[in-house]
Amino acid sequence: MNALKRLLGIVWIVLGPVIILFLVMQAIEKIAAAAEGIARTNTTLQWSIIIIIFIPICAGLMIFGYYGLKGEYDRLPQSSEEL
Amino acid sequence: MRTDDNATQSITKVIAASSLGTLIEWYDFYIFGSLAVIIGHQLFPSDAGASALINTLAIFAAGFIVRPFGALVFGRLGDLIGRKYTFLLTLVLMGGSTFLIGLIPSYSSIGYAAPILVLILRLVQGLALGGEYGGAATYVAEHAPEGKRGFFTSWIQTTATLGLFLSLGVIVGTKNILGADVFADWGWRIPFLLSILLVGVSIYIRMKMHESPVFSKLKSEGKISANPLKESFQKKANFKMVLLALFGATMGQGVIWYTGQFYAQSFLENTCKLDFNESRYILLWAILFATPFFVVFGSWSDKVGRKWIMLTGMLLGIIFYRPIYQYFIDATNVGEFQKTELLSVSAPVVTREFLQEKGDSVVTSTVVKTLKDGSTFKEVKVETIHTDPTLAAVEPKISFADVTLPSSTYWTIIALVFFQVLLVTMVYGPIAAFLVELFPTQIRYTSMSLPYHIGNGVFGGLVPFIATLVASFQGSTPLSGLWYPIGIASLSFIIGAVYINNKGDRDVND
Repeated sequence: MNALKRLLGIVWIVLGPVIILFLVMQAIEKIAAAAEGIARTNTTLQWSIIIIIFIPICAGLMIFGYYGLKGEYDRLPQSSEEL
Repeated sequence: MRTDDNATQSITKVIAASSLGTLIEWYDFYIFGSLAVIIGHQLFPSDAGASALINTLAIFAAGFIVRPFGALVFGRLGDLIGRKYTFLLTLVLMGGSTFLIGLIPSYSSIGYAAPILVLILRLVQGLALGGEYGGAATYVAEHAPEGKRGFFTSWIQTTATLGLFLSLGVIVGTKNILGADVFADWGWRIPFLLSILLVGVSIYIRMKMHESPVFSKLKSEGKISANPLKESFQKKANFKMVLLALFGATMGQGVIWYTGQFYAQSFLENTCKLDFNESRYILLWAILFATPFFVVFGSWSDKVGRKWIMLTGMLLGIIFYRPIYQYFIDATNVGEFQKTELLSVSAPVVTREFLQEKGDSVVTSTVVKTLKDGSTFKEVKVETIHTDPTLAAVEPKISFADVTLPSSTYWTIIALVFFQVLLVTMVYGPIAAFLVELFPTQIRYTSMSLPYHIGNGVFGGLVPFIATLVASFQGSTPLSGLWYPIGIASLSFIIGAVYINNKGDRDVND
């Protein structure tokens, strides 16, 4: 199980930037497709909010993957003394 | 372990007082969403423009961004000054801002000040909600004996669902008493103003409560954290548990919750074209039948562990969402309905709109058809009439709306929405106990609040928006939107299954 935890760590490290890239590409496409004027401003605003929210979350996923790869989750703390 | 005073305070009172306040906070949070259209008409200018931006921000920003910030601000306070005073403060902020929304003059009286004030008060609501839940869950858990923590905290877990139920009930009741026109004019303010009474009662009850015994002990020993934020997020040993809680539990739990309790109703109303009331009654029945299961699964998690109950809820959602929603589409297909013998057709309501160019006109004809099996639907035929006879006639466009279902289909759909809410109870019932047990007392409020509100506010709260967005992509089907909750739940299921222990540290006194 510990080997799997570490192996999956690599997947989470890669997944973080892939998600951001996907969101940015979608944002560009959808903003360009929106009608001129307030509709485009609103679409830009919504996608900007989504991307701003998800950047730190994806960074968190990468850190989670890094911890997994380094074996930080091989053994979880059994009491708060270990935290 | 407990002081004498605290020992006399029964756990039932603790749960009742905490749950009541949290329920009222959820009620306050939901009435804004339920009345968003009316608020939009009253407090925002009728033309698009800046108002649309503010409207977007008010609904979007407060709902999705501010909750995690509230978790940080009030979580820190809760770990510094105590649970009792912090979630008393969140209650005052939530109740006060809700009451004030009910008093804001309309746009016609004070112009753009109206939507800006709404935005500010909505942000305060989001912040308060971000601080409330972690406090209530921590407070109850720290009173609960080991081995019953899942059972006791599951009462807090029922409040979000009951808050939704209460808000719908108050809105429907007020509307029925006053009538639709009066309600749209000023009656919509009543559910907001009513909040101050509910909050007043709850504050009175909470004022009489004692501080959490575990926190009191820590305080008396001088072991309170000097900087909970720093300890929660800069200390690797703890930060890695925050990440694990988010990606392995709350993220999946959030999307299962919002799919079952919000997207299902939205899908039935907007995609399946079910009647406004019918789609809401379906949800209300499902919630009514499923709510006791929060306590069942919370209690069960005390015996068999939290992890696999939550992950089973996610897995069942991953497997069954698409077949369930496919059934929704098939069962509400008006084309199939028409094979049933027609019982009656109402007299057509015809409207004619003249187009500016060439004198052409658009004729809309609406009839209500009732079938022998009891189902009804509205058939809307839109036809363009050309004045120039040389132009080819355009095929009329026919659409359907306000579908009501035959009894057997209606109850089958209630059963399927009930199943989705049952999954909600599986993932949500044990999660407060799971989060509380994951973190030490000094930083518990801060550490558990953030993953909870990112999981629910961001991942869960975005379900309706992202699912609708994905379903609008070129080449997509009405079911394509489900890939978002299925994808997030799958990711969370894998992380939870591989990285989380089924029975972790059950001691919350350390």
